[in-house]
Amino acid sequence: MSIISKSATQQREMLRTGELTSVELTTAYLEQIKSRESAVKAFVHLDEQQALDAAQQIDTRRAAGEPLGDLAGIPVAVKDNLCSEGVPTTCASKILSGFIPPYDATVVAKLKTADAILIGRTNMDEFAMGSSTENSSIQVTSNPWNLQCIPGGSSGGSAACIAAGFAPLALGSDTGGSIRQPAALCGIVGLKPSYGRVSRYGLVAFASSLDQIGPMTGNVEDAALLLQVLAGHDSHDSTSADVTVDGYVENVTQPLSGLTLGVVDEHYGDGLEAEIKSSVEEAIRVYESLGATIKHIEMPHASYGIATYYIIAPCEASSNLARFDGAHYGHRADPSTSDQTSTSEDALTRMYRSSRAAGFGDEVKRRIMLGTYALSEGYYDAFYLKALKVRRLIRQDYDNAFKDVDLLIGPVTACSAFKQGEKTADPMAMYMEDLFTVTANLAGVAGISIPCGLTDAGLPIGVQLQSAPFQEDKLLRAAYMFQHATDWHQRRPEF
Amino acid sequence: MALTRDDVEKVSLLARLQLTDDELNSMTEHLSQIIQYVHQLDEINTDDVAPLAHTLDITNVLADDVVADCLSREAALQNAPQRDEECFRVPAVL
Repeated sequence: MSIISKSATQQREMLRTGELTSVELTTAYLEQIKSRESAVKAFVHLDEQQALDAAQQIDTRRAAGEPLGDLAGIPVAVKDNLCSEGVPTTCASKILSGFIPPYDATVVAKLKTADAILIGRTNMDEFAMGSSTENSSIQVTSNPWNLQCIPGGSSGGSAACIAAGFAPLALGSDTGGSIRQPAALCGIVGLKPSYGRVSRYGLVAFASSLDQIGPMTGNVEDAALLLQVLAGHDSHDSTSADVTVDGYVENVTQPLSGLTLGVVDEHYGDGLEAEIKSSVEEAIRVYESLGATIKHIEMPHASYGIATYYIIAPCEASSNLARFDGAHYGHRADPSTSDQTSTSEDALTRMYRSSRAAGFGDEVKRRIMLGTYALSEGYYDAFYLKALKVRRLIRQDYDNAFKDVDLLIGPVTACSAFKQGEKTADPMAMYMEDLFTVTANLAGVAGISIPCGLTDAGLPIGVQLQSAPFQEDKLLRAAYMFQHATDWHQRRPEF
Repeated sequence: MALTRDDVEKVSLLARLQLTDDELNSMTEHLSQIIQYVHQLDEINTDDVAPLAHTLDITNVLADDVVADCLSREAALQNAPQRDEECFRVPAVL
């Protein structure tokens, strides 16, 4: 059995006992990348030599008996929207081409403190806007289970990276489903923590009240391991919550007794693929066999999640992305080639407009426009304020549900991975990818996607568990119970 | 409530985006579809519902007023498309 098919949790133990060195481990992943990356295109930037140097340092420090961090010597891939000092951070956007952050995101700093090996930067939909990673301005990433299919998005590079065995751990970000949906489509584990659980400092902001960073891994123990490092209050992010971080690693293998799971009947409507429906129903039966009680609950506003999200997220995005102005960093269009016909505009406005026009891709422009429109005079109440009110109703649906049940269980996506190009011409079809995931972001609750089956075509299916805010411990333990009773998490694509 | 091409052109100035003719056309079509879709929220009575802008129950997070380390001027300027020794440079405004 190859070392890269073991979990990070196992690798960590082998590194500790001296059975394995970090250089051996890092080299094994780099070899897998060398042989398969040209087919997958998961990375936008690979730090091969730096990774090997860091691994060598860890091995030396370990040999000298120095105390080491919790991820010492283990490779981690990082989504390209998390600032890493001195390493290109582009959000897969032309507007940030060549941008070198002068500081580390808190999660990156935490990985460094934990002595993790930062192996490279993963592809994504531009500014995390998309569900297929096709909105990357750099390349299209393939799903390792079927190279003609998309890996999901926006954290598609990180998901493909784990599925392809390029790294045991990866970071993603999730604004409406961008960790859980690609995790489901690539047959891996993806956890979106509660809003405020993980610091967003240094995450290039898309929608600040929805964005969360979280682990993408091959199994549940590794998600616990990575979340343990990431979680916690950070004075650099005033929206990070000062809430106790549980012992995820210590607790994850302990089953929960008396577990009550809620099933939302609205999730089983017409749009759900039959194979996904039956796999999720089978997952529910597995939980029943483990002693869980199933309750059917109503979430009357869940079906309004997409409409609510596609007002709030673009509004926040239009404001956040105003910072890309061609003045402080990133792409600036050459003023001599920009449109001079609008003589009523000053040179600065022309510079802004032409720089942003050249730097942003279609979907990013669409969302900036949508948000700007929805926030413009006369429309604010009808769109933004209305959406914020419905958001509260969605949150109340969750609060009511969690009075009756410990966790919610249901599908992550309505369909398995689709073919590249299939939905690119139809923004609304792409938006519907987030139907089952987006409400967790609106309400601030935690959600995890774990593998629960394969379609007849051999594509992965995920099941989603959701918990009340700051109950990641319960979420991980329940996810582990399922994993322990099944072997879906051990399936890996042959490609 | 359909968006017109003129609406979209006005918004493109507010958004500081220079859109081509083709982009204005496709943007008008796509934005109209999305706006039509999100109008389904009108079905919900929200008269007595307070807006929820943020899911954490925290307001006015204050920090002690002490000087701390921050980026050096050089680090802050290092990614500027155009700069001089001290400042970001932009086209003349006046």
